[in-house]
Amino acid sequence: MDTSQYLTMFVDESMENVETLYEQLLELENNPTDKSIIEQIFRAAHTLKGMSATMNYSQLADLTHTVENVFDAIRYDRITVQADIMDYLLETVDYMNEMVEDIANGGDGARDVSRLVSILKEIEQGEFVGESSSDEISQAELAATSTDLHLDEFQLAILSESKDQDYQSVQINVTLSEDCLLKGVRAFMVFDILEKAGEVIHTEPPVDDIEEENFDSGFTVVLITEETAEELEAKLYKVSEVEEVNVAPFSVNEYTEEQVESTTNEEVKKVEEKKETKSKNNAQAPQAVASQTIRVDLDRLDTLMNLFEELVTDRGRLEQISSELKNPDLEETVERMTRVSSDLQNIILTMRMVPISTVFNRFPRMIRQLARDLDKEVEIEIIGAETELDRTVIDEIGDPLVHLIRNAIDHGIEMPDERAENGKNTTGKITLEAYHSGNHVFIEISDNGAGINRDKITEIAINKGVITAEEAEALTDQQAYELILASGFSTNKEISDVSGRGVGLDVVKTTIESLGGSISIDATPSEGSVFSIQLPLTLSIISVLLVELETEKYAIPLSSIIEATIIHRDDIYSSHEHKVIDFRGNVVPLSDLRVMFDVERNQDAEDEYVSIVIVRKGNKLTGLIVDSFIGQQEVVLKSLGDYLTNIFAISGATIIGDGEVALIIDTNALIM
Amino acid sequence: MNQETLENKLIVFTVNENEYAISVEQVGSIERVLSITRVPSAPPHVKGVINLRGVITPVIDLKSKLHNESTEYTEQTRILIVHLETITIGLLVDGASDVVDIQRDQVEAPPETVHSNLLDYINGVVRLPKRLLTLLDINRLLYGTEQQEIRQE
Repeated sequence: MDTSQYLTMFVDESMENVETLYEQLLELENNPTDKSIIEQIFRAAHTLKGMSATMNYSQLADLTHTVENVFDAIRYDRITVQADIMDYLLETVDYMNEMVEDIANGGDGARDVSRLVSILKEIEQGEFVGESSSDEISQAELAATSTDLHLDEFQLAILSESKDQDYQSVQINVTLSEDCLLKGVRAFMVFDILEKAGEVIHTEPPVDDIEEENFDSGFTVVLITEETAEELEAKLYKVSEVEEVNVAPFSVNEYTEEQVESTTNEEVKKVEEKKETKSKNNAQAPQAVASQTIRVDLDRLDTLMNLFEELVTDRGRLEQISSELKNPDLEETVERMTRVSSDLQNIILTMRMVPISTVFNRFPRMIRQLARDLDKEVEIEIIGAETELDRTVIDEIGDPLVHLIRNAIDHGIEMPDERAENGKNTTGKITLEAYHSGNHVFIEISDNGAGINRDKITEIAINKGVITAEEAEALTDQQAYELILASGFSTNKEISDVSGRGVGLDVVKTTIESLGGSISIDATPSEGSVFSIQLPLTLSIISVLLVELETEKYAIPLSSIIEATIIHRDDIYSSHEHKVIDFRGNVVPLSDLRVMFDVERNQDAEDEYVSIVIVRKGNKLTGLIVDSFIGQQEVVLKSLGDYLTNIFAISGATIIGDGEVALIIDTNALIM
Repeated sequence: MNQETLENKLIVFTVNENEYAISVEQVGSIERVLSITRVPSAPPHVKGVINLRGVITPVIDLKSKLHNESTEYTEQTRILIVHLETITIGLLVDGASDVVDIQRDQVEAPPETVHSNLLDYINGVVRLPKRLLTLLDINRLLYGTEQQEIRQE
């Protein structure tokens, strides 16, 4: 079967399932008895297995199959969750992740899984922990023991009646081979034989599901027959692709006894669970109601966005025409269209939004691993994982965050004994928080570690020539902390495996700034440090101030503007050959955009009043001189394309109302 | 139309009264001059960017690239939209009006008289009755020598 067309879907869904596995496993570590978590893991493993088997990735299927079995055992309390089991399970999921990634990159997803499979089998059979009851049937293929069957009163009555009439009841487990493509057909053939041999009383899963192929590889049938078990087996093995047939006598008495036992067990458990959940109160998040979704190619969303942008441009023209014609009907229609299209814009924008949990979710696992490697004890708290960001920002922000978290664990959190000495809890804590504020998203990474040593930082910065001793004196604490983001700065002399990697935090800063965001650091000695990142909500639509330089129009992102002001020429001073102004008590240097951008001057006469846009980068302010302000506008940010790259102080372009292109100014490049 | 004939169709355009040609396959459309937005500190032959149906497209002034003069706009001035592997770009030309069919063997090596700095961008010439078409290599025109200049900067 040609499965290549399903590959993308397979990879996408598998990644999601692997992600769920990770998440829920970590969750399970904290709540080892929570059945709903086990159910979720079971389901994810099950789906993954089914899909990888269909796609012929047999090793991935094998591995997930064993995981599924382990959770089947956990689900039915044959084994209990323990720390060392968790380690192997997490390692297994790591393997799966690798395999899926390999497949995504065009590989065959093959890995040597035999070691893990055998360990997992041990775990599953209880040998690993050595405390599972021995009479439990160990093979997963036979997991469908009589306790799994759900017979109703009527069926039981028939069964006991037939026994009285000297018919025998048998339970038949049929397993089809893993690569069987037409499971429904094979099952039908099996049923055909069974129905000739006797009367089928019950099947597990139900007949409808079997017909629709809604089962793994095997199913169970309870049959009343005159034939012997051997005869039945022989007949069933003749159906091709039947891998295993197991016929066992079925006893109604035993079944009812077991049922009673297990129901009482379950009831007891339920009561216990209830107690537990009550005591935990709302430790467990409310189950999210699954909304209906479809997958859409990101390219299509981009195309939609482009088309919409054209619509907005045309709308602008229509508005202009209608205001000239002054036809009431036309004006009304255009007004309506404007309203509808702004609603449309909101919808298109929200379609591109993704919750930041897609990035955050991989951190608990990473932190766990890192803390182990460094012999530190670290826990993580995540707040606001549902905060939404544009897809493009999400894609870029992962790596900087990884870097910062590594840094926090490596340099921030102290060793457990050191923490104990200072009277702190030996377990350090890292908090990841995301929230919206205005047109921005804030992400804060805080740790309760040692904080940042100002003197040490400035000393290193001076030694490395990042700043001079005099400059260091003048720095505020915050500015000093931010030195660790400067290029050419790395506090670890040896490149450590964890946060070193030869690149400093300056990469983080550059990435964040290239996304139109900013980063700041605050720290309190021996109490911890906070890295705050500010990001634009979306990279594709931004608010800008349109300004005019002679006849040319430029857009300045509102996010970097402090104020737009008009001042008298006499209020401009010269200091060290630089033009400066006094802006609310600060001396702010001026930079003439007309000069920076080589705009042809038509009029030499200098105006009496000067229009200035005050922009900010970190704590630094600069005033940009322009000819006039046009106004504020929401625009779609577009790139200049691959040919024009690295244009000084231009971050992109946009199409404004009349269909013309206005360049967007990258103010960061203009601030000295 | 099969691939063979498509390959041999050329769009002919004029720059400084010289006739140049590129394969019709590379040309997406021919536009009248739209409003061009200047890009400060872009290379000198980059005239600016235009809004080509919602996509920001850079425009190269071929006259400035080939003849070190800048184009004067007339009624005939056109922008040729050219698709290369990863980019779409506009070429500002004095006029574009002709499509010719040629055979592969009609392409000759450029004559000695061609200015040496042009040679870098030329694939060959085609002699037609009373006409001489110069075949341009757009890729080299855009990236050939320029890429090195940027690297040196």
